Amino acid sequence: MAFNWHGEQNPFMTRDAAHLLPSTVPVTLIDPDGDPVPQVGHDLPDSEALVRAFAALVAARRFNDQAYALVRQGRLAVYPSSHGQEACQVAAAHVLADGDWLFPTYRDTAAVVARGVDPVQTLTLLKGDWHNGYDPTETHVAPLATPLATHLLHAVGVAHAARLRGEDTVVMAICGDGATSEGDFHEALNFAAVFRAPVVFLVQNNGYAISVPLDRQTAAPSLAHKGIGYGIPGERVDGNDVAALLSVLGAAVGRARAGEGPQLVEAHTYRVQAHTNADDAGRYRTDDEVTPWLARDPITRVETYLRGRGLLDDDKAAAYAETAERLAERMRAGLNADVPADYRDLFAHVYAEPTPQLREQQALVADELAREVR
Amino acid sequence: MAPEKLTMAGALNRALRDAMHADDSVLVFGEDVGTLGGVFRITDGLTAEFGDQRCFDTPLAESGILGMAIGMAMNGMRPVVEMQFDAFAYPAFEQLVSHAAKMRNRTRGRVGLPIVIRVPYAGGIGGVEHHCDSSEAYYAHTPGLHVLAPSGPGDAYGLLRQAIESDDPVVFLEPKKLYFSRAEADLASPVPPIGKAVVCRAGTDATLIAYGPAVPVALEAAEAAAQEGRSLQVVDVRSIVPFDDETVCAAVRSTGRAVVVAEAAGFASVSSEIAARVMERCFHSLHAPVRRVTGFDIPYPPPKLEHFQLPSVDRILDAVDDLQWEES
Repeated sequence: MAFNWHGEQNPFMTRDAAHLLPSTVPVTLIDPDGDPVPQVGHDLPDSEALVRAFAALVAARRFNDQAYALVRQGRLAVYPSSHGQEACQVAAAHVLADGDWLFPTYRDTAAVVARGVDPVQTLTLLKGDWHNGYDPTETHVAPLATPLATHLLHAVGVAHAARLRGEDTVVMAICGDGATSEGDFHEALNFAAVFRAPVVFLVQNNGYAISVPLDRQTAAPSLAHKGIGYGIPGERVDGNDVAALLSVLGAAVGRARAGEGPQLVEAHTYRVQAHTNADDAGRYRTDDEVTPWLARDPITRVETYLRGRGLLDDDKAAAYAETAERLAERMRAGLNADVPADYRDLFAHVYAEPTPQLREQQALVADELAREVR
Repeated sequence: MAPEKLTMAGALNRALRDAMHADDSVLVFGEDVGTLGGVFRITDGLTAEFGDQRCFDTPLAESGILGMAIGMAMNGMRPVVEMQFDAFAYPAFEQLVSHAAKMRNRTRGRVGLPIVIRVPYAGGIGGVEHHCDSSEAYYAHTPGLHVLAPSGPGDAYGLLRQAIESDDPVVFLEPKKLYFSRAEADLASPVPPIGKAVVCRAGTDATLIAYGPAVPVALEAAEAAAQEGRSLQVVDVRSIVPFDDETVCAAVRSTGRAVVVAEAAGFASVSSEIAARVMERCFHSLHAPVRRVTGFDIPYPPPKLEHFQLPSVDRILDAVDDLQWEES
C-alpha cells in the first residue's frame, strides 16, 4: 500500500470528498431579527465574545464612516469601504491568537484596526504618505494587498514557514469574490492543501467586483465549493452574522492550528456602498437591490440579540459609541496632520543598500532642491 | 582547497549544499528539484542530504512557487527557488515585479525578502521553443531586484553563495549552454562582490563588454583578434543589477572603443542600457560610437536556425573592425 508524504495511505485521494462540500445554505446563528437559530455543529459564541464583537462592530462602522468623510475633506485619496461587511472584518480579527498573521486586502482596513493596528498607520496607503504605514513584522499583519489574490500565496508561505519550525501559527487570508477568478487564488488553495498549511481563506462575497456581479465571476454552486477541487473543506456562512462568523472562523482556525490544514470560508455579505467613493454604483445596480441588505445590517441584529438577553443596555451601548468616537477623533487628528515627505525615502528602501546609481539619483534631487531654495 | 576542474552545474550544486549547511533557514524548492535533482541536476542529492523539508518539489505553478517563497521569506526563511526554464518563469512575473521587488520599499525597509530565483537561461543548446529565452531585460528593468549572470563555475559558485546571503531578492541567471563545460575553479577563494564587474582579459585596442553566455564567445573573439594583431580587452559584467559603471567605464576609457555583446534581442535591452551608459560617461574617451552585437529582434529561433541568432566570433570581429580605426 502506498503512502503519501503526510504518511497516510493512498496518495491519490488524500481526503474523502463528502466532508469537503459546504452546506447548501450559509450558517446563520442569529437571524436578521436578532433571534437565535439553532445549528447542528455550530454553537453560539459565549456572551463575552459577542459583547466584545458588538463593541468592535460599532468601532468598525465609525471607522468606515470617518474614513469616508475624510475622503470628502481631501485627507484620503480614496476609500474602499467595508460598510455593511463589518461582521466579517471583526470576526476575522477576533478569532486569531497572539502571534497569528492576518493578510488583508485594501477593503479590510477595519479588520486591521480590529486586530489592534494603529488606525492612522492603517490608512497611510490611502492618505498617500507611503504605501504601507505599519510594521508587518511587529503586528503580524501583512501590507494591504491591492493586486487581487497574490497575497494569498504569501499567506501560505508564512504559514508553511511557521509549520516547518514547529510553531502553531495560523494565518487568516482575506479576499473578495472577484479575486476567486484570479489564478493565484487557485494556486494558493492548491499549495496550501498540498503542504497542509495552516491558512484560513476567508472570501467576503459582497456580490460585486467593482461593477461586475458574481454570476460573471463564476458558474459554481458557491465560492465555497471551489475548495473541493483542492481537497480543502469549504464552508458558507452568513457574512452579516457576527456570531456565525466567530463560530465558523473560530473552528476553522482551531482545525488549522491542530494540523488539519487549510479551510475555505465563504461569507455571504453585501457591499452597501460603491466600490470606492470614486465609483458610481448607480450605473450597475438599483437602490431596490440595496435596500433589503440594509435590513440585514450586521450591527443591529447582534445588538437586538444582546439587548433581548440583558447583555447590553443603553449605558453600555453609549460607552461603546463613545469609544468609537474617540477612535474617530484619533483618525481626524492623525490624518489631518501633514507629515513632511522626505525625498530620501524614495531611494532608501529599494535595496538593503542603495546601488551607486540610486545614490547618484538621490544626489540629483538634492541638487534640484538646493537650487530651488536659492 | 586546491583548484579543481568542475562544471558550472557542479559548482552551483556545491553552492546550494554549502549554503544549506551554513544556514538552516536556506530552503530549496521548485519543480522536479527533489527526488529528480532538477532537470539540469543542479539540486542533485539535496533532498537526500537535507530531507524533504529543506529541498522539496512543489505543485507545477510558478506564481505559486514564488508567491509562497515571498511568504516564507517574510517569516524568517531564505528560499532558493528554481524556475525550470527561462520562459517558464513568466507565470511568476507578477509575484516578482509587484511583490518580491517592492516589499522592502512598500514597508519602508521593514520587510526585506532574501529570495534567490534561479533561472536556467538563454540558448545555444538546441532547445525547442520556450526553452531558450534571454529574459534579463524584464528583470533588470524592475527596481528592487538584483540580477546576476555568471559565466564560469568559480564565479557561479561564489555569486550564488552571495546571492543566498543577500537580503534582497536576486534573479540568478544560469547560462544553460555553460552548465556542463568544465573549467578550473578554486571554490575556497572569494569572488568579487555583487555589483562588481571584472576585466577577464587584458587588452589595449578595444573593450568587449559581455555577461553570462556571451563571455566565452567574447573571449574567443579576443583570442582570434590577437592572432591578427589586435588587442581586445574583455569585461565580464557578472552583475547586471547593480551595474558596475566604474569598472566598465574605466575599461572603455583605457581603450577608447567598445562593443557590447549579448544574446538577448537588442531592442530596449541590457545591451542598449550598457551602450547608453558608456556613451554618457565615456564620450570624450571614445574614438568610435559604441557598437552592439546582440540577438536579432525576433522570437528565439528553432534549433536549426539558432546559430543565426547567437553572437558569434565573426560578428564580434566585424563589429570591432567597424570602430573607425582609420581615423585614430
